[in-house]
Amino acid sequence: MTVYAKGVVFEGVDFDNPNHWRLEEYVKRGGYAALKKILNEKITQDEVIAEMKTSSLRGRGGAGFPTGLKWSFMPRNFPGQKYLVCNTDEGEPGTFKDLDIIVSNPHALIEGMIIGGYAMGITVGYNYIHGEVFEAYQRFEEALEEARAAGFLGDNILGTDFCFQLHAHHGYGAYICGEETALLESLEGKKGQPRFKPPFPASYGLYGKPTTINNTETFASVPYIIREGGQKFLELGKPNNGGTKLFSVSGHVNRPGNYEIPLGTPFADLLEMCGGMRGGKKLKAVIPGGSSAPVLPADIMMQCTMDYDSIAKAGSMLGSGAVIVMDETVCMVSALERLSYFYHEESCGQCTPCREGTGWLYRIVHRIAHGEGRPEDLDLLASIGDNIAGRTICALGDAAVFPVRGMLKHFRSEFEYMIEHGQSQFAALS
Amino acid sequence: MLSQESLAQIDRELAKYPADQRRSAIMGALRIAQTEKRYLTNELIEFVAGYVRIPPVAAYEVATFYNMYDRKPVGKYKLTVCTNLPCALSGGYSTAEYLKQKLGIGFGETTADGKYTLAEGECMGACGYAPVMLVNNHSMCSHMTPEAIEKKLAELE
Amino acid sequence: MLEIEIDGKKLTVPSGSTVMDAANSIGVHIPHFCYHKKLSIAANCRMCLVQVEKAPKPLPACATPVTDGMKVFTHSDQAVTAQKGVMEFLLINHPLDCPICDQGGECQLQDLAVGYGQSGSRYQEEKRVVANKDLGPLISTDMTRCIHCSRCVRFTEEIAGYQELGMANRGEFTEVLPFIGKTVNSEISGNVIDLCPVGALTSKPFRYSARTWELSRRKSVSPHDGLGANLVVQVKNHKVMRVLPLENEAINECWLADRDRFSYEALNSEERITKPMIKQGGVWQEADWQTALEFVANGLKGVIAEHGRDAVAAVATPHSTVEELFLLRKLMSGLGVDAVETRLRAADFSLKTAGATWLGQSIADLAASDAVLVIGSTLRKEQPLLAQRLRQSVKKGMQLAVINPHGDDLLTAKAAELVVRPDQLVEGVVQVLRALAEVKGIALQPNIENGSGDIPAEARAVAAVLAGKEKAAVLLGNIAQQHPRYAEIYAAAAAIAEATGAKLGVMSEAANSVGAQLVGAETGGDVFAKPRQAYFMLNAEAEFDVQNGAQALAAVQKAKLVVALSSFSSCALEHADVILPVSPFSETSGTFVNMEGRAQSFNGVVRPLGETRPAWKVLRVLGNVLGFAGFDYTTSEEIRDEALAGEIGPRLSNALAAPVAVKAQAASGLVRLGEVSIYQADMLSRRAPSLQKTADAAVAAQLRANAATLAKLGLAAGDRARAEQAGGVAELAVAVDAGLADDVIRVSANHPLTRALAGHVAAITVAKA
Ligand SMILES: Cc1cc2nc3c(=O)[nH]c(=O)nc-3n(C[C@H](O)[C@H](O)[C@H](O)COP(=O)(O)O)c2cc1C
Ligand code: SF4
Ligand code: FES
Repeated sequence: MTVYAKGVVFEGVDFDNPNHWRLEEYVKRGGYAALKKILNEKITQDEVIAEMKTSSLRGRGGAGFPTGLKWSFMPRNFPGQKYLVCNTDEGEPGTFKDLDIIVSNPHALIEGMIIGGYAMGITVGYNYIHGEVFEAYQRFEEALEEARAAGFLGDNILGTDFCFQLHAHHGYGAYICGEETALLESLEGKKGQPRFKPPFPASYGLYGKPTTINNTETFASVPYIIREGGQKFLELGKPNNGGTKLFSVSGHVNRPGNYEIPLGTPFADLLEMCGGMRGGKKLKAVIPGGSSAPVLPADIMMQCTMDYDSIAKAGSMLGSGAVIVMDETVCMVSALERLSYFYHEESCGQCTPCREGTGWLYRIVHRIAHGEGRPEDLDLLASIGDNIAGRTICALGDAAVFPVRGMLKHFRSEFEYMIEHGQSQFAALS
Repeated sequence: MLSQESLAQIDRELAKYPADQRRSAIMGALRIAQTEKRYLTNELIEFVAGYVRIPPVAAYEVATFYNMYDRKPVGKYKLTVCTNLPCALSGGYSTAEYLKQKLGIGFGETTADGKYTLAEGECMGACGYAPVMLVNNHSMCSHMTPEAIEKKLAELE
Repeated sequence: MLEIEIDGKKLTVPSGSTVMDAANSIGVHIPHFCYHKKLSIAANCRMCLVQVEKAPKPLPACATPVTDGMKVFTHSDQAVTAQKGVMEFLLINHPLDCPICDQGGECQLQDLAVGYGQSGSRYQEEKRVVANKDLGPLISTDMTRCIHCSRCVRFTEEIAGYQELGMANRGEFTEVLPFIGKTVNSEISGNVIDLCPVGALTSKPFRYSARTWELSRRKSVSPHDGLGANLVVQVKNHKVMRVLPLENEAINECWLADRDRFSYEALNSEERITKPMIKQGGVWQEADWQTALEFVANGLKGVIAEHGRDAVAAVATPHSTVEELFLLRKLMSGLGVDAVETRLRAADFSLKTAGATWLGQSIADLAASDAVLVIGSTLRKEQPLLAQRLRQSVKKGMQLAVINPHGDDLLTAKAAELVVRPDQLVEGVVQVLRALAEVKGIALQPNIENGSGDIPAEARAVAAVLAGKEKAAVLLGNIAQQHPRYAEIYAAAAAIAEATGAKLGVMSEAANSVGAQLVGAETGGDVFAKPRQAYFMLNAEAEFDVQNGAQALAAVQKAKLVVALSSFSSCALEHADVILPVSPFSETSGTFVNMEGRAQSFNGVVRPLGETRPAWKVLRVLGNVLGFAGFDYTTSEEIRDEALAGEIGPRLSNALAAPVAVKAQAASGLVRLGEVSIYQADMLSRRAPSLQKTADAAVAAQLRANAATLAKLGLAAGDRARAEQAGGVAELAVAVDAGLADDVIRVSANHPLTRALAGHVAAITVAKA
């Protein structure tokens, strides 16, 4: 179920129409107008990038890096091949917005990538799609065919000499491939093991060539920005937090789903849109930006607005916009155990602190959750976390530590109780 | 070792990448091989590596790194249930438990008649549709309540 | 140049340097495991974390580029805390089995753990156990000890050129392994043992035979190919226990080929002969040195008296030292014998050059070439480390072209390749020359017959690789040097070099091929074609060291007197009349001159086994026994100084002394491609049991041809075939080699199974066995 308030990415989409994703429908609701505008009006690359900067669009993949700025880093006049890559490897627990984009409005993404290619002088792009969503991958491939057949994609787009090839690459089950350099390795046919940066993809990316990578939602926001202007997009949100954003709400709400709302919307409003807490239970905690974000207790969360700055101030991250809502019945030890298992399972294994540390973290949380915790365990968890965070090649190491830190910060007593009594006041996840 | 149809599909994957970057197609090629043969034997991995022209151990690295490649025999239907936190909050574990009872097997096991294999999955990027289950890696089923499971199993007869 | 400050010391480094480079340049040691100067940067162990001013978190020195004005602290609290944290992670799953670990005493993890580790472990869970892997006969595994630095994996891919090892699975389940059922078959595989910072990969032959602190380390020089790799030979109780590389950037860098590393096994072989022996009335008897030497002296004098001095020939392999060969010459001069020959593997002795043939430049200069054409070489097996160097050069942009009678993979990109029948190697080179002449609009030299017909596209491609390159080289390999038309190949190659401004080079087949020429040990020609009455054989085995081994064996068997100076008994016992046990390289001092003309002297690392004596001493005493003047050397250095007096450089020259007529010949029928396989090339490799268990050794026992040729012969892979040459027969297993031209039968030469066969490149018949 996808609900939207003010649409950018899902502008005009009629979710009840099974054909709404098709090119024909997309064009009807204004699709590819942005591309046509650029090509017909001969808008320059610099103008496109300037518009992106005005919009203050921040990357929707998690890090929130300003997109216009990223695009300006691409060495546009680099003589060899350059690549544009879209990150649809959505695997961050709680996130499912990009899936809806490629299923329900794939042409917005395709158009956004074509415009990106134009702006940065790139002629080849790939969209890396999460392994578990094969049907969405097939849908996207079909949309690509439509775009090619209609002359929006491929050689001499709309009769101009601008060419852009776009292909879909299907992942096969590895969360780490969401990390952009792991994604590039995977795209090269290797294990998805992140690269050390620098060099950054803008200078050494896919096949060692300059590469720009953006999230699906980021690209899908581009047609709107070009068509309606960056200023209008910015004004949908708030300064430094331009536009609308998709929030994937899961957990104990009545209507889980994707909500496209302006950045800066109070969390309380979002919760209401979702039909409130399931079964009328009390809100206990929220993980506001995907499983890697530190958990926030209800009282802090209810004070937040849904934007990068507000959530950061509260001590967490907006991340990918995955909002995991937990009610009063949830055992936080059990919740952390599941998350720690995930990071242990998904560590790519190349760097020592993450490879060895995620397993250690999990084993300690596991023993606490199974009534075998020791008094020194909480300090040990903190210390191991300190030895992982900031010492690894990629941010998965940090991502594994943040949930632990968040839980220990806000729910330490629950852990202490469990260590002392050998059991929780709450029921384990079941 | 693989059908003409599968080889043609692999060729289509190869065509997506620059001619000197055939390695990029290994993930797709292994997926296609697995789809035809249900799981990847070492011989099959070596064959696919040869077709893509990369060292067999490089293909083996890929086949063992990504979760969805199966290197042991699996049942006719492999059911992967997501138990990550968002799904768990909406019944992921009960779905898994229901299936375990119903099929009489645990995670990583196959029913005696070789029909079903049950697997625990990580986040499938569809948490809003929890509980989520994947059939044979490629077909996603949402809202897998016990009733929905019954209905699905009936379809899979 | 960038300015950087490390631990308060200011220095400038070239831009592009990493913090690790900068620290190394001033001798500041930053702990590390995954970093290795010859491998790509992985930055995965995280041991090298250091504090960098203004950076919010510690950064890995190995991967962090220096920026101007950077301030680095390698021992600050932040750095040390980070390093200790990493150390703890590395140890939680590492077994505490140092007392039984072969790496004990030379383990980087152990060394660092002593400095960083905590006394007790905070990790209370069970440690991980990882199954061991079969990597073949040379490398032993203890995978539970692996710390996932990925050096070995990167080595196979980047240095050895083919990824034979991988890291399977992920996270903490990551395991290093070869593809299931495969082993590591690279000819330079043993380097992973050195690269492994812990005891996960160790030497299989060395396993459990000694603890490292019991070993003394002595320098030496590899007696195998013409590179002259520098060695550290490790010794215990006067026995060679292990061989490691001695780093020499100009020669072997930090690597060794497997035969450099593992051939030492032969030094301790049962086949060593340790007492002089004389055959009397068909029965071997031990003798004392004096008796044996007198027997030899009298025997030689007797033959000369009866049959004249031309009835005697001395042969030695170019694996012999400068000192040995010089004295051999001198001894023979004293006897009035002219024929002293080291070109035992040659079939064409007609080439005359202005000086000793050599690489034509230094190894380092060669590596900096823009283009290299290799003619007639199974490069990886003939020159494993040189092949490795060229592979690295190709990565930096060098173009490599080959003209070969096979299509063997060089595990690096070939810019162009012309594959011909082995008997058409001359014609192939001439085709390239024609293509060049056409491009350059020049005429061929009058002595070179212009082939007819179209120039094949491959030949044009080879020509294009060389044309217009600033720094190019044309190299001749063993197949060329051992070819029955070597002089013609050489002349045509020289013409290519001249037309393109490339340097012509010969890749010496043996450790002292250049030295042998410098002392003039090349005066005999084919001394077995017309059998002699007496043969004086130094470190040479007729059927294994001479191209036409069957013919050599027959000649030796017919001779009245055969004197064998050898370290090993087996062959000598069969056809010699007297055996003088002489030292292998490890038990004598001596000098090898490598292919770049560099003289490298070495000392014995252990004392001679039993009554074995260094050959130079034996030859000297023999000179005394014969009553010759000028045989009073007391050290090998005296001999060397006389043998190599003056500079070597001016005596090296690849210039032809006279033009060679190059005439096209037609090809017909089945032709043999015979090469001496990598582990049959010298006395030591032949007798190293572990090398004989390698995949390369197995390939050497096969008869190979392309599928069409096999079909024509009614053969299929796995069959057994009978090959016949000049009456000699070999029975071999059949395998397909798709890289061969039609009608080419590839059968290794001088192999126990093929020693009855005749020339390397000659007609052969094959039938199903
Ligand atoms: C462990 C990890 C997982 C990530 N997963 C995703 C993901 O699933 N999708 C995504 O777009 N970005 C993901 N990212 C962020 C990407 O590395 C990258 O910042 C992003 O794709 C850039 O696009 P944007 O600037 O449009 O956000 C992940 C990062 C890390 C460290
Ligand atoms: S932090 Fe973890 S996931 Fe990231 S590179 Fe290191 S081991 Fe791999
Ligand atoms: S040596 Fe730098 S991370 Fe391993």
